[in-house]
Amino acid sequence: MSSMWRDHIRASDTKLHNPMNKTARNRRFSLFAIVGLLLAIGIGQSIHRHVVYDVPWVPGTEKTVWSIEASVEFFGRGDPISVNLRRPSDQAGFAVLDESGASPGYGLSFVDHVGLPTAQWSIREARGRQTIYYRAEILERDAEDLDSEPPPRLQSRTWQEPYSTAVRTVLDQAYGLSADPFTLTRQLIKQFSATDRAQSEQLLLDDVGEQNLTNLLADMLQSRNIPATTVYGLVLQDGRRRQRLKPLLRVWSGDRSEIFPLGLSPIESQMPLLLWQPTRGFVLEVIGGTGSDLTFSMIRSESTNYGGVAAELGELNDFLGFSIYTLPIQEQVMFKTILLIPIGALVVCLLRILIGIRTSGTFMPVLIALAFIETSLLTGLIGFLLVVSVGLMIRTYLSHLNLLLVARISAVIITVIAIIALFSVFSYRIGLTEGLKITFFPMIILSWTVERMSILWEEEGWREVAIQGGGSLMTAVLAYLAMTSPWARHLTFNFLGLQFVLLALIMLVGSYSGYRLLELRRFKPIVDAAD
Amino acid sequence: MFASPRRLRELGVVGMNERNTRIIGAVNPRRLYPLVDNKLKTKLLLADKGVATPKLIGALYTQHELQDLEQFLAPHNGFAVKPAKGSGGKGILVIASQRKGLFIKTNGQELVVDDIRRHITNILSGLFSLGGAPDIAIVEDLVRPDPVYENLSVEGVPDIRIIVYRGLPIMAMMRLSTRASDGKANLHQGAVGVGLRISDGQPINAVQFNRPVYEHPDSGADLMSISLPGWQNLLELAARSADATGLGYIGADIVIDRDRGPLLLELNARPGLSIQIANRKGLAFRIREVNEIRPNFFRENAHERVKRAMSMFN
Repeated sequence: MSSMWRDHIRASDTKLHNPMNKTARNRRFSLFAIVGLLLAIGIGQSIHRHVVYDVPWVPGTEKTVWSIEASVEFFGRGDPISVNLRRPSDQAGFAVLDESGASPGYGLSFVDHVGLPTAQWSIREARGRQTIYYRAEILERDAEDLDSEPPPRLQSRTWQEPYSTAVRTVLDQAYGLSADPFTLTRQLIKQFSATDRAQSEQLLLDDVGEQNLTNLLADMLQSRNIPATTVYGLVLQDGRRRQRLKPLLRVWSGDRSEIFPLGLSPIESQMPLLLWQPTRGFVLEVIGGTGSDLTFSMIRSESTNYGGVAAELGELNDFLGFSIYTLPIQEQVMFKTILLIPIGALVVCLLRILIGIRTSGTFMPVLIALAFIETSLLTGLIGFLLVVSVGLMIRTYLSHLNLLLVARISAVIITVIAIIALFSVFSYRIGLTEGLKITFFPMIILSWTVERMSILWEEEGWREVAIQGGGSLMTAVLAYLAMTSPWARHLTFNFLGLQFVLLALIMLVGSYSGYRLLELRRFKPIVDAAD
Repeated sequence: MFASPRRLRELGVVGMNERNTRIIGAVNPRRLYPLVDNKLKTKLLLADKGVATPKLIGALYTQHELQDLEQFLAPHNGFAVKPAKGSGGKGILVIASQRKGLFIKTNGQELVVDDIRRHITNILSGLFSLGGAPDIAIVEDLVRPDPVYENLSVEGVPDIRIIVYRGLPIMAMMRLSTRASDGKANLHQGAVGVGLRISDGQPINAVQFNRPVYEHPDSGADLMSISLPGWQNLLELAARSADATGLGYIGADIVIDRDRGPLLLELNARPGLSIQIANRKGLAFRIREVNEIRPNFFRENAHERVKRAMSMFN
């Protein structure tokens, strides 16, 4: 037996070595040296980027450039393939700075195809799943008058009974209540809105389906000789992936035209809208392939010298040999979130080391904060409380069954999934689409939280659960606020050097050996007794 | 509401951050932690060094060994079942006596052998160990407290926590479980902490929930008249256990058995800081004083070191 412990004997020297000696001081010195080096690198790189590339320190005051990436996916069957994708053109509020395509093996040209700006890819033979990319840098500029896109030719459509009577009834009613094509359109939209819908409107809508309302309205307007068509636009929202074009109704009156965003949610209609396809015509044609799909990723950046943006994008390749700005936008979007995690980690360090807040699971709050970014704060908070409290109730029952640990946590995971599913369905039923976002929660993490809280409840009582649960939630909210602040988003993405600064700060906080704020209260009795 | 940090510093109060970076980080090498985090290892190690601990009845490693649990337990009237890697008193089952095949807990509840078997199964599957790692169940002889301490603790045995720094005991307290703490000895859960003077073992001050108390809240026993015979032996026991582990900063938990005297119950490589509140004194000055002793002195045996500590701290 004694040989088993022989190895620790040399450690009994810890008794002999004074911890306040030189090595401790040396360690402290090298820590400050590393921190200083990191700060120098980080601040230096950031200043370099600010001076040379003119990237502003402050978000929002400068020109905004959107990098938009369209990815076209389809299946090749070994035949020649040609792909035509409509390109956006300069328009009110936006100017196209730069365009490029990525498509291994394909010939690519930017042409005017049937009079419309188009990106055209072609290949002699392609087999299997194909993905090709089109990328544009689009500058946001002050809105000018909508370019005078000439009205498209009228395309008349006839309806069969009983639809033709319904169309006539609806149009007659709207016509009587309106003055010009635009007010007529508005009146029609009102009549088709869910609350005001009458029998005729319902009949027509059931025929074409809700998602084709734009086409239906365009057809109806054209039957009264008003030029109208469905156009396609992209809602610009920073850091979005796999977005699709939204159908919009465009109506002309003489030379003037107006766009009616039918299918946009109230939040979406607040966001900038880029017209990808401003008039009638195709968006995507894939000849020789099947199952095509078109999705968009986008990312927002700030720049003062927008003429230099394109050049900057090229030059960045050389800087330090690599840069995340050269990644496809879809990956950049992911990095935009990943680069925020250090901010969350710093918040956790500050709260735990300087304040002394207790959380359940060290970095669980950061993951919850990431979920809040997706769900918005209020929905996130409600969802979190709901899942954890219902989870705790069910877990309490599970503990009576005396299950083994792994099985019990697996059971909790399934329970959490069930709660999330129920919550989603329920909130959808009562018309709260916000509730669907609860699926962004990290379920495994939530299950562990439930498990840990439940054990805590049994062993230490509800007070400790409230302290740690409240601490975790508070940390998550603060981390969320820090991570969503426009400053943090702007700075972390545009100045990669700041990651070094964050690392240095975290190391500094980590070497803090003073009191935590809450300890000042905990140790108060000692002071009271001494005074 | 809040104490000023300057005042706390003047009083030498050690905070959590300082404990972690300057003390534990400096004198407790990580690789020695398993020795104290596993109670079975601690026990075997201490037995090897001649430190008295509650008698080990046996250790159970696998489910399969539980088949003849009844015969295994039969000769032992009172015993405690503990998870080797449990912390903070989790998963400890104490059987005070056996009668007609029934096992009677300290609070009078009666269990059958299957209840004990299930409890051990839970221990083995890691229910009480950190992160749910598979564990070992230890069965120990019951500690019977000296009748002198009967009124001092409710549903538990009073224990004495001694902080040993680089081989010298620097601070001590007695922890008395209460009804509020549900028989547990943790101060933040409502146990009473009585600071004990290193020089003579006399009580200095007692606290519950950070507030001064003078009587045990449940039994009414006078806390200021506690006296511990053989105080120097207790300190030496703590110092010798610290020597055995090689850790420079350690909390030794000691109980006094009616028949066997002081026994080392548990060692802790990250002892809490509440002991400062029970003593109304910070640890920092004592640590500094120890650091100022000439290095050769630390080679002295436990007896000499304890004598030195008793003369230094009062």
